[in-house]
Amino acid sequence: MNDVAMTDTSSRQITADTLLYLDGVTVSFDGFKALNELSLIVTRGELRTIIGPNGAGKTTMMDVITGKTRPDTGTVLFDGNIDLTKLDETAIANLGIGRKFQKPTVFENLTVLQNLELALKGERGTWRTLTAKLSGEGRDRLDATLKTIGLAERQKEIAGALSHGQKQWLEIGMLLIQDQKILLLDEPVAGMTDHETQATAELILSLAGSRTVVVVEHDMEFVRSLGARVTVLHEGSVLAEGSIDHVQNDSRVIEVYLGR
Amino acid sequence: MIVDLLDRRGWGAFLGLGAVLAIGVPLLNLLPASSPFAIPDYLVPLLGKYACYAILALSLDLIWGYAGILSLGQGAFFALGGYAMGMYLMRQIGTRGVYGNAVLPDFMVFLNWKALPWYWYGFDHFAFAAAMALLVPGLLAFVFGWFAFRSRVTGVYLSIITQALTYALLLAFFRNDMGFGGNNGLTDYKDILGFDVHAPATRRGLYVITVIALGLSFLLCRFIVRSRLGRVLLALRDAESRVRFLGYSVTNAKLFAFTVAAVLAGLAGALYVPQVGIINPSEFSPANSIEVAIWVAVGGRGTLVGAILGAGIVNWVKTWLTGAAPEVWLFFLGALFIIVTLALPSGVVGLARQWQARRRRRAVAVPAE
Repeated sequence: MNDVAMTDTSSRQITADTLLYLDGVTVSFDGFKALNELSLIVTRGELRTIIGPNGAGKTTMMDVITGKTRPDTGTVLFDGNIDLTKLDETAIANLGIGRKFQKPTVFENLTVLQNLELALKGERGTWRTLTAKLSGEGRDRLDATLKTIGLAERQKEIAGALSHGQKQWLEIGMLLIQDQKILLLDEPVAGMTDHETQATAELILSLAGSRTVVVVEHDMEFVRSLGARVTVLHEGSVLAEGSIDHVQNDSRVIEVYLGR
Repeated sequence: MIVDLLDRRGWGAFLGLGAVLAIGVPLLNLLPASSPFAIPDYLVPLLGKYACYAILALSLDLIWGYAGILSLGQGAFFALGGYAMGMYLMRQIGTRGVYGNAVLPDFMVFLNWKALPWYWYGFDHFAFAAAMALLVPGLLAFVFGWFAFRSRVTGVYLSIITQALTYALLLAFFRNDMGFGGNNGLTDYKDILGFDVHAPATRRGLYVITVIALGLSFLLCRFIVRSRLGRVLLALRDAESRVRFLGYSVTNAKLFAFTVAAVLAGLAGALYVPQVGIINPSEFSPANSIEVAIWVAVGGRGTLVGAILGAGIVNWVKTWLTGAAPEVWLFFLGALFIIVTLALPSGVVGLARQWQARRRRRAVAVPAE
């Protein structure tokens, strides 16, 4: 299986289009290899979906990219030659990598508006935030984002009072307003109604081209509706990559998904 | 910018209450003792002491109520500020000590020391001592916090190491070799900036200064918690890693709050010592720091007014109860903590807000019927 993953990526090189580059990344927890020689390339402006059964290493991969987990071995490069394995979460976020967690994580005791305001691209230094004021332009961006995520009417409410789906949207809104180069979305439609799922798919598709988006998802219908290149992870490595039809017809993928 | 810190009613209450405390109390103290409205002399430093405790409570509320860092060593910074002021007051005694040594405080003569230790240099100047009362706690908090927050020590572990910090200082200051008067601490002060510390007029002055310091500390905390940094602190209390992924440095934000809180605690300690007339190692006792947490919990953490109220209420009860039934006090304190934790998670202020909300709801409901 590892051979498959290696041959799949060894032919590819870093080019000017490469935004995210993972090569031979291994992470083990107490002997269990959450990621096993994982290699992955995401190009600028690409929309990529990543699927895989539970324990395939999807979330661990996000943790490695965002600096939450340090890989045992392997290379993780962003935007050319920035080595992400040397940086912490804060520094990586400030490079332009945004992340939405699997479980919606918003600041429950702040209002919807305050949540977005904290995420708004701008000053991050401790002294600067002490005296930071919301500019008119910032206010406009807040209003625009509130409209995009459909929470304009609830902006003054505490985020903890939102429904599960609304929290997901608020978190996506926070990523949008943070204006990151790449958005890592971990199960963005988990717990959403069909209608919300569809709206989320439209939102993600509308970002295509202007931002690079990596979506980790279980929901095959949703993945299909995005119509993007799919990477299948299994046991910490890439099992297959290609269009949704291509991977769904891949015998190894069928074996992994439908039992062996 | 300062005007925005409170709304109209808020400023009204702030200035009104401030005037009552800073002007009314000293004026009533000036009345002849026969007057029914006279505030007796003993009450002035007592109220001053409560105001110091209120500043200390504010400092803990800033880090616990807002940033979610339960420091159980806040008393250490208070005591360090107090020692810095105590050192100044010791140097002011001069030849009026029991041994009449112009340079060495009595306890050093008693220990047969020949020269003033280097770390006592400069403390004969008020400005130097005042600066040290703020800088030493601030610097200790900065260094301690830097290691703790960078290593991501949080929650109960942080509480435990802050307890350890204050306990270590307690043991260190108990030692006579430390040069801070050991078990007895620093006491027998004569004057401050040339004024007799025991004179009612000096005590009124110290009291007024303390009330003003409390007001300014409140405004400073208010400024911090209402700034974007204040929201970052609230945010990291609820979801620390999310704050990191937004690009804010959690370490720096915590370090800022922790250091400011320590400086405020040092200020409280420096104002406390001339009014109570003594500082000794018992101020470092872990129980003291835990008591501060109880004040804040009783008043309502996460509300600055609550911290001040809590410090006032609990200490007023303490003064009364330790006089009326001293053996009951600790049981009362323990029971209070349990009751507040179980029944009043947002303290007295939370209770008041609940009542307010209920009344408003009733007011809305009645015309509808």
